[in-house]
Order: sequence, then structure tokens, then C-alpha cells
Amino acid sequence: MQFFNFSDYAELIPLVQNSLIAGLLLGLVGGLIGVFVMTRDMSFAVHGISELSFAGAAFALLLGFNVVGGSIIGSLVAAAIIGYLGAKAKDRNSIVAVLMPAGLGLGILALALYQGRAANKFGLLTGQIVAVDNPQLLSLVLICAVVLIGLLIIWRPLTFASLDPEVAAARGVPTRALSIAFMLFLGLAVAASVQIVGALLVLSLLVTPAAAALRVSSSPIATPLLSVAFAVTSVIGGILLALGAGLPISPYVTTISFLIYVACRVIERVKK
Amino acid sequence: MASPVLAIKNASLTFGERKLWSNLNLEIQPHEFIAVIGSNGSGKTTLLKAILGQEKLSQGSIEFKGKKVTRGSRRMGYIPQHRAIDSASPMRAIDMLRLGLTGHSFGLPISSRDANAKVQHILGCVDAFDLAGKRVGELSGGELQRLRVGQAVIDEPDLILADEPLSALDLAQQKVIADLLDRERREHNSAVIFVTHDVNPILSMVDRVLYLANGNFKIGTPDEVLRSDVLTELYGTPVDVIRDQGRILVVGADNQHHHDHISPERGEWN
Repeated sequence: MQFFNFSDYAELIPLVQNSLIAGLLLGLVGGLIGVFVMTRDMSFAVHGISELSFAGAAFALLLGFNVVGGSIIGSLVAAAIIGYLGAKAKDRNSIVAVLMPAGLGLGILALALYQGRAANKFGLLTGQIVAVDNPQLLSLVLICAVVLIGLLIIWRPLTFASLDPEVAAARGVPTRALSIAFMLFLGLAVAASVQIVGALLVLSLLVTPAAAALRVSSSPIATPLLSVAFAVTSVIGGILLALGAGLPISPYVTTISFLIYVACRVIERVKK
Repeated sequence: MASPVLAIKNASLTFGERKLWSNLNLEIQPHEFIAVIGSNGSGKTTLLKAILGQEKLSQGSIEFKGKKVTRGSRRMGYIPQHRAIDSASPMRAIDMLRLGLTGHSFGLPISSRDANAKVQHILGCVDAFDLAGKRVGELSGGELQRLRVGQAVIDEPDLILADEPLSALDLAQQKVIADLLDRERREHNSAVIFVTHDVNPILSMVDRVLYLANGNFKIGTPDEVLRSDVLTELYGTPVDVIRDQGRILVVGADNQHHHDHISPERGEWN
């Protein structure tokens, strides 16, 4: 068993060009939206959304529909339920805890009935190696573009509403509309991430980098930039390392992302 | 007389069987400092919520600058009840002030030179230059309230709503915050609605008092309202108002022991 193997590396790189582009986009989107996931205390909700996204994707696979479409539908249904029923953090946690196993169970059922290639099945849960084809890349680019542009537009009021909701509402910030928009973008970002890192490991892209950045920065500009840098490093680094070994990218992505987080905690401790 | 900043017309608010207040009429002029006093559960905070458009009146209307209130307004500044902020929140003192100025507008958090100058100016006003880069979650109660005042006044609002801004502060800090708010409203000609259970720290600034009790209310200058006969009628039980060295103490006449946070039916510092 070889975890790292860099022979013939130059010939392998072009094969993963699509994956690298996808990873770059996901790192960008995941790093940015992660900051809001943290400030709105929604890490657990992300996990719940990703399980329903997985269920949607699995059913799409079983029924021969577009997998990305299925995963988006699953994501948005979960985001809508959590957003609608879980305005309060306490309610939200229990709703997520109820949704998550339901989604996972349905997804597993769909995969069990699926007769096609086993790698497709496993990929939805734990991520894919290099299998990002052109149509899939295009859909990822579109999803990420929607999320990025949307986030950039609502960035400032969303920050206000996330950090200081009472005062934001008093100042006429449409906090309710913003939280609906945020859930929509979060659903899309999760659906996109499920394609690459798999449903079980979405948190490593959407939460860990932002959590790490918040350890070392409280600036509203430096924090998202650091978070993006951490997320991109994790995905791209993960893809490049996985390439040589021919193993799934997920363990590499999650390990890098985790190590960055540990490093940030150490830096925080040292600074104090 | 100038047109009122806020006009509360014939307003009533009922929760099920419980009547908080009814037929409330109050016009607030620019520059006026109104203290809203009353016991817990008398509907003080709910009145602020109604002004912010977050609580629907059972009857009547509230107009802010001639228009019915909607959900909040950029022309209002709001100081919420003191609550500790999670120390993990990525918000520094300077960011909190900035949000008060530009947090409502779309786009990225990039500040103009004017905005930065204004933030610096307010930092000076609330004596917080040394706090600028600190996370708000790590500030003391008094420091946080100073910044809350700064955040509420930075956009020069026409109306400042303050919900018990002095609770959790010691007497010296209470004076700092009250003076600060008083000075800022004079500079920007803002009206102030100040909800409190203790009128003493702000007695010298108050133009009128709105006293809420048992579903009834009384409006007038402190001298008109904070009197034994008036409050006795309002509460429906004997109440004594004692004035001592410029402080006012409201005591239920049947009250044997009193302290700062005694229940209103029996007596209360005011």
C-alpha cells in the first residue's frame, strides 16, 4: 500500500485538470460561505443538508436522472425545511438530527437498488478520485457562480444580520429574507461539494477552513480570505496527493483541512 | 411646534387575556428624552418592539416621521438589552461601529474614507480608541455598552431606542453611558426613548416619563408623574414616592422591606 506516489506525475496532472478547477471553485465557495456557517452557528445544519443532498443524488443515480440535479433538489429541500422550522438554534439542532438519518437511510436504499458501477455509489458518500467530466464541471461552475455572486451581493447585510441580528433588524435590514437567501446559497454550495468530497465529508470544506480562520483572525476581511486560502489548499492539495496513490481524495482533503485547523489553534494559543 | 418624530396613536397591545397597555397616545418631538418606566412585564420592551415594527399592535397605530412603522428603519438607532456576545464572534469593536453605519447596504464590507473617518470620530466620542481592535465578545459590560451607544448614534438617527442600557453596569459606568447618550442626542437632535426600571441615573436628562403599570399608564414630566398620589392611582394600591438627595424612591406603602429589585406590586426603586 502506497499513500504517496509521484512517479509518472507529469502525465497524470492533465487527467485531473477538471478536478483541479472544480476543487479551486469549491474551495472558494466553501471558504467564503463557511464564515457565515460559523457566525450563524449552522455547522450541524450543513451536515444535515449534505445527507439529504446525498439522498437526492442517490435517487437520481438510481432513476437515471442527472446526479447533480438530484443532489441540488435534496439540498434545497433540506435547506428549506431547516430554514423554515429551525429559526432558533435549539430547534434547528433537533430538526437536523431528525432529517439526517432519514436522508442517509433513503440514500442507502437507492444505492442498494442501483445496479450500475459501484464506484459511482461510493463516490457520493466519500468523494471521487478524478472523475469530474466536462458536463459535471460545467454544472459546478454554474452553481458556484450563482453562490459566489449571490454571496458578494448580500455580504454586508448578511454579516450584520449574522453577528448582531437584533440591531440589524432595527436598522431595517431584511433579516428574514437574508436568511432565506443564505439557506438557498448554502444548499447549492453543499450540493456542489457533495460531488467532489462526498456527503460525509462536506464539513471539511464548508466548516473546518472557516473555523480555522476564526481562530487566528477576527477581521471581517482577513477571516474570509484566510478561510478561502485554507479551503483551496485542502482541496487542491488533497487532489494532488491522492493522484499518485490512486486513493479517494477525501482522506487527503480532510487530513490537510484538519491539520490546518490544529495549526491555527496552536497559533492562537501561542499568540495569547 | 415641529412635527413629531414619533406619534403613537390610540395604541393598545393585548396578549391573550393580558392587557399590556391600551389607548396609549404619545407624540415625541425631536430632541425629547422620554423615560419609559414600569415593572417587569408591564410592556416596556414590547413597546420598543412595536415601534420597531416587530410586534403588532392590537389596536391603533405608530407613525415614525409621518409614516406607519415598518420593520425597523435606518433613521432609528437601537441599543438592545445587555447580553454578552459570544467571544468567538468575529466582530471587533470597530466592526460593530461600522455595521451601525453601513451594515444595511449591499455589497462587500469595504469602507469609504468618509465612513472610516466617522468610525474614528465615534470611537473618540465613546472613549474607545484602545478597544478598536478587540473582539466585542471580550469586552466588559461597560465597554460593550459604550460601543452600543456609539453604534446607535453613528448614523445620526432621528430616534434612539434604548432598552435597559444601564442594567449590569455599576453606578459610575451608568453615569458615563447616560451622559454619553445625552450628549449625542443633543449634538444630533435625536429623540430618545429610554426604557429603564431605575430613573435615577437619567433623572436630570428626562423631559417626560411614560410610567406603565398594571395595564395603565401615566405620561408627564418627572415631577408630574413621580408622585405618591399619581402612582397610587396608577397601581391601585398605596405607593409612596420618597425624594432623597435628588434620588427618587418608589415604595409600596405596605412594603416592609425594600431593595433594588423588589417586585413592583410591593415597591421598587425608581
